[in-house]
Formats: sequence, structure tokens, C-alpha cells
Amino acid sequence: MTTGMVALGVVAVASALLFAFIWLRRRSPGALRKIEAYDRLNRAVGDAVEGGTRLHVSIGRGNLFTSRGGSALAGLAMLRHLSERTSQSDHPPIVTSGDASLTVLSQDTLQSGYRAAGAEDQYRFTTGRLTGLTPFTFAAGTMPVVSDENVSANVVIGDLGTESALLAEATDRAGTDLIAASDNLSAQSVFYAFSQDPLIGEELFAAGAYVGAGTSHEASLQVQDVLRWLVILAILGGAVLKLL
Amino acid sequence: MRIITAVLAIASGLIVLLGYFFPDQLSGLRGLLVDWAVVIAGMAVLVGIANLIFVQMERVRSRNKNGPYGALLIISLIITFGLGLVFRPEHIYMQTVVNAIIIPAEASLLAILAVTLVYASIRLLRRRVDLMNVVFLVSAVLFLFAVTPMPFSPNVYVQFLQSFILDVVGTISTGGARGLLIGVALGTLLTGLRVLFGIDRPYGEN
Repeated sequence: MTTGMVALGVVAVASALLFAFIWLRRRSPGALRKIEAYDRLNRAVGDAVEGGTRLHVSIGRGNLFTSRGGSALAGLAMLRHLSERTSQSDHPPIVTSGDASLTVLSQDTLQSGYRAAGAEDQYRFTTGRLTGLTPFTFAAGTMPVVSDENVSANVVIGDLGTESALLAEATDRAGTDLIAASDNLSAQSVFYAFSQDPLIGEELFAAGAYVGAGTSHEASLQVQDVLRWLVILAILGGAVLKLL
Repeated sequence: MRIITAVLAIASGLIVLLGYFFPDQLSGLRGLLVDWAVVIAGMAVLVGIANLIFVQMERVRSRNKNGPYGALLIISLIITFGLGLVFRPEHIYMQTVVNAIIIPAEASLLAILAVTLVYASIRLLRRRVDLMNVVFLVSAVLFLFAVTPMPFSPNVYVQFLQSFILDVVGTISTGGARGLLIGVALGTLLTGLRVLFGIDRPYGEN
């Protein structure tokens, strides 16, 4: 069997499980385990709306043509719901990204959030910003947003590298909250050092489920758990077969 | 209309995905769709740059304290864009712009980054004191010791210790990193499938 066929099998099993768990989840909703960072995110959204401050969401610079696009899509899914919840605020959220396609999608996502909240006239396209096209120009362009735009909390979710340390340091200096997750191991190490409650590994992809994006997000978390156990069994089985 | 666009998007996504598994049958169609997407992404760069200019102009107009930097950015952008159109990117003037301005500016940020990371590591234990933080810091220090060249002549015991650390701590941390990457890969797969099947459409009409 070729690697391609195995990959196709994984995609087929994952798809079948996803539909099955969505169906099951709609029939009997379950609870999610507590993740401190997402509790803090939900509190930060409420505080921003009530306190007349702004939420800064950065969805990184993950190109949608590469495997890094997954984290960008997870960031967009979360953004859709955050924009809906904060659209009535005096200070709407600002979204920064380091990839042009992602900027266009973030503007579209913000607008659809405003539309869903019945506040489309409040939408300004300058709230979705391209801040730089290389890692360091992206960081340099995003840092002033953290300090100059009346931001109370920063949500950084997406593909970033070590330049994320500059962003994290800027949030620290501005005395604002940081909720951060990345698919990149270097950025995960940086956020582990900087963030109060770091999000590690696949917790990035749980963002949608924890901001109330719906049953499909919760179901996909369950499918990830099932697939993770299958991978563990496959690794153990492979190790045993190698020993025999 | 919304249904038609959704069907077209889902069909295009499925064709591109299946094209990886059945290249003989679908590679031509997959290549065509990816080429179209690349053209759209190229246009998105122009839209993104226009957005950058609008944001900076707004900053200048509202007399923001960083307004002068915004004006400088717009002027530099126009000059560089103009020079690029006239001389082409490979011309010596354009190379000078990159080598004399962009690379030193990014190198400076890299230097700040190194200081920032050391500072963050020092403050880590003040932020949260738990077992995992201690493990994180000890691993980082051990790795630095193992990969840093010694200032004195190579000593067989030091070399043995460095190689031992790389073997033991390296094996454990590589295992952990692979575990994290498998988790990220599964998350990416499920996120992609949700978007591909139209279950989750964060952008566009909802």
C-alpha cells in the first residue's frame, strides 16, 4: 500500500468520524474540559466591550497555499465569532495579519460577523490590516497596534515564528493581556515563556469550540482525540512489530 | 447564488485534494485550479498593500503620534515601487535598497529578539513557578551547553558530556516535538475538512 493510499484512508476515516460526531453532538451536547487561556479570552471579550477598550486579534502569516494555512483558518473561525460578539462595542476589534490573502479573508470575516450582529454599518475595512509581508516587518508593523490603539487584550492565533517574541514583549510592555497559540514549535516555546496560560500543540484548533462556534468545532475536537488514540496504537503496534 | 458559490468552492477543494491522491486522472485540472488561485493571491497582495496605505494615511490624517512614520512608510513605498517598475527588481539600485535598508533593519530586529528571549527566560520563573517551567528552563540551558563551542581547547570529558546531553535530552525533546506536530497535523486536517465540506465557513456570507 502506498503512502498516498494511507493518507487517503486517514482523510476518509476522519471525514466519516467528523460527520458521525457532529450528528451525535447535536443529539446530546457534551462538556469541554477547562482550558484556562480560553476562559481568560471569554473574560477579555466581555471586559473589552464593557470597558470601552479594544480587542486585538492577530492571525499570523500562514499562507493558505501551504500546510500552515490550517492554523490561519482556525484563527478565522475564532475571529468570526469574536467579531460578532464585539461588533456593538464603541471600539471594534482590530485584526492584523502578515499575508495579503489572509488580510482579505480577515476583512471578509469581520464584515460577516458585523452582518450577523446586525451592525454592518459599523464595519470599517481598515480594522483588518496587513502589517507586513516578512516575519519581522509583520512584527514591527503589529507592535504599534498593541500600544497605540487602546487595546486591552491581544489574541494571537496562527502561524508565527520566533518574531512572536517581539509581539509578546510589546503586549507585556503595554500591560495588556496575551492569549496566544501557534502551530509553529518555535512560537510555542516563545509563548510558553511569555504567556500566563500557554496554549500548546493542538489546543490552537480548539479556539472555535471554546468561543461558541458550534457543534462542528466540538465534534472535530472529539475526532482529533479518536485519531490521536489511533496514532498512539499504530506507533505502539509498529514498535512491537519491530521488536518481534 | 450562495448555494452555487458554495458548491463551486467545495468542488474545487475536493478536486485539488483528490488530485494529490490520483495525479494521473486529476493533475491537469488540479494544476489549472491552483494556477487560478495563485493569480487571485497575487491580486490580494495589491489589495493588501492598498490597505496598508489607507491605514497609514488615516494615521497621518488623524495626527496620530506615529503619523510621521506612516508618512515615511508611504513615501518609501511609492519610491521603491516606482524604482522597481522602472529598473526591475534585479537592478543594482533595487539590490542596494534591499541590502542597505531592509536587511540591516531586519537584522536589528533579530538582535532585539535575542535580548528579548533571554529576558523572557529569566522572568519565566517569576511568572509561573511549577515543575514544567523548571524542566523547560533546565532543558534550554542543557541544550545551550551542548551546542555552544567551548572557549578553551576541546576536552574529551566535555565533549562526552555534550554528546550525552544531545543524545538523552535530544531524544526526549524530539519525541515531545513530534507529538506536538502530530497533534497540530490532526488539527489542521480536521479544520481543512470542515472548510472543505462547507460545514464551517468563517468568511463570506453566513
